[in-house]
Amino acid sequence: MYRGLGYSTPVAITREEVERVAALARLRLEPAEVERLTADLGHILDAFTRLGQLDTTGVEPTAHVEVLDAPLRADEVTNPPAGDEALANAPARDGRRFRVPKIIE
Amino acid sequence: MSALHELSLREAAARVRRREVSSVDLVRASLARIQAVEAKVDAFLTVGGDAALAAAADVDRRVAAGEDCGPLAGVPVGVKDMISTAGIRTTAGSKILEHFVPSYDATVTARLKKAGAVVVGKLNCDEFAMGSSNENSAYKPARNPWAGDRVPGGSSGGSGASVAALQCHASLGTDTGGSIRLPAAYCGVVGLKPTYGRVSRYGVIAYASSLDQVGPLARDVADAAVMLEAIAGHDPRDSTSSPRPVPAYLSQLEGGVRGLRLGLPREYFVEGMQPEVEAAVREAVRVLEELGAKIEPVSLPHTEHAIATYYLVATAEASANLARYDGVRYGLRTPAKALGEMYDTSRAAGFGAEVKRRIMLGTYALSAGYYDAYYLKAQQVRTLIRRDFDEALKHCHGLVTPVAPTTAFRLGEKTDDPLTMYLSDILTISVNLAGLPGLVVPCGVDRGGLPIGLQVIGRPFDESTVLRIGAAYEGATDWHRRRAPL
Repeated sequence: MYRGLGYSTPVAITREEVERVAALARLRLEPAEVERLTADLGHILDAFTRLGQLDTTGVEPTAHVEVLDAPLRADEVTNPPAGDEALANAPARDGRRFRVPKIIE
Repeated sequence: MSALHELSLREAAARVRRREVSSVDLVRASLARIQAVEAKVDAFLTVGGDAALAAAADVDRRVAAGEDCGPLAGVPVGVKDMISTAGIRTTAGSKILEHFVPSYDATVTARLKKAGAVVVGKLNCDEFAMGSSNENSAYKPARNPWAGDRVPGGSSGGSGASVAALQCHASLGTDTGGSIRLPAAYCGVVGLKPTYGRVSRYGVIAYASSLDQVGPLARDVADAAVMLEAIAGHDPRDSTSSPRPVPAYLSQLEGGVRGLRLGLPREYFVEGMQPEVEAAVREAVRVLEELGAKIEPVSLPHTEHAIATYYLVATAEASANLARYDGVRYGLRTPAKALGEMYDTSRAAGFGAEVKRRIMLGTYALSAGYYDAYYLKAQQVRTLIRRDFDEALKHCHGLVTPVAPTTAFRLGEKTDDPLTMYLSDILTISVNLAGLPGLVVPCGVDRGGLPIGLQVIGRPFDESTVLRIGAAYEGATDWHRRRAPL
């Protein structure tokens, strides 16, 4: 329907790259998921290649549309010290602390 | 005489304020309606019956005591499950937050309550607002009230379906790439994505922070104006919320479109568009012209790059925003021997397929070696897309366009190919990239009786004009009065 996004030659994204990105994203993927994501990401990135052909020399990137006069509030504590409600959703706790598995082997 | 759940939000609030009807009765009517039609639409993830009745009783007591309970006094509303509600489970449509109960209200929730509204429940959505059909909800897909085998649009599918199904008088949605406007169009209701910065995001679960915005879905433009007035304005807890004063939107709806210049972007009438959609939108444009607007052809030449730009920017931001779900402080945790393993397995178990896909795409686009080619490039093209709108809106007071190339598609129709699903957003995402307000009003139905929407895009912070255009159109037509055959 939208020719600009038609598929052409696949961008090479390898299984290994997908595994590397999954490690960065802290996602443990099943082999079948790696398979599917290798295909999907290749497919999606391929459709995005036309972006690379656009001349953007000297164009400033937009990280955010201008938020004019974004006011900063005073750096003062306004809320009372967190009580139990801050820990109410904790998957595991130890008194007033979040409990986690050991960090160092 | 209309049943209570059929009343407009304004009329319902007026009756509560005049003590002709109690908020408790309105909430009971809403809960009864939810009970009656929920099996057909699956719009809610959580219904807060007892809490809603208690809040309603409180409004009734205050009204009886002569207190001014606000413009939404006692009216039942629904809130998308991306928005925090103190004491009411808030899941973002994800299993990773299945048992998450916020300890505080989002600013928009607090402002709705302050204006008198009663939250009856939390509305279904695509997981972390990532989707165009509501089929990415980890719980159940919401369904279109006009046809049960059709999607309601996403990601605020429950917000659109619940308003169309008359389960609540209005709702809140969030819109990162079209997530209010697509459900509004598909469900035949009014939806407004405000200007970036018009509404606070404090307490709203983040998807893509440079694009996310909260807005109302309602049964007509005036109701949407009342809702916007209630939630808009600066919030010291969100530095991206603008300090510009909030206009009295409702009082500025009259005035019509005579003398307004409305642009018709040529790139938005695309090959492959459903002919009935194009015909309905062109007819709506003709109506506006007849009402005195001057229609001018305009061009937004970078439109073809919007999908790629959006899906690189949004997923990059999402990959950063969703890093917080690590199983430590809240959310799902899977048992593990070591901390790193706990992160990896909790996230793998808690996130659904589309969320993983977007985290992966965003992480890839931000990773060493690809940052310039993808993320930086997308940010530069975003500038070009913004300039297109700046140019068009220099002489035009607003732009009028279709919302989507087709009416609501079938459940399952686009789930196999993520890219086909992404294309559903082609006519809405640029508005987020440019940070502009976008309103949807119903403007027709196709041969199958499915609703068609008209999108009105405005200048930054000029919601008043956008709403005025929508109100003028509504005044001349009756598409917004049609109800889903439930």
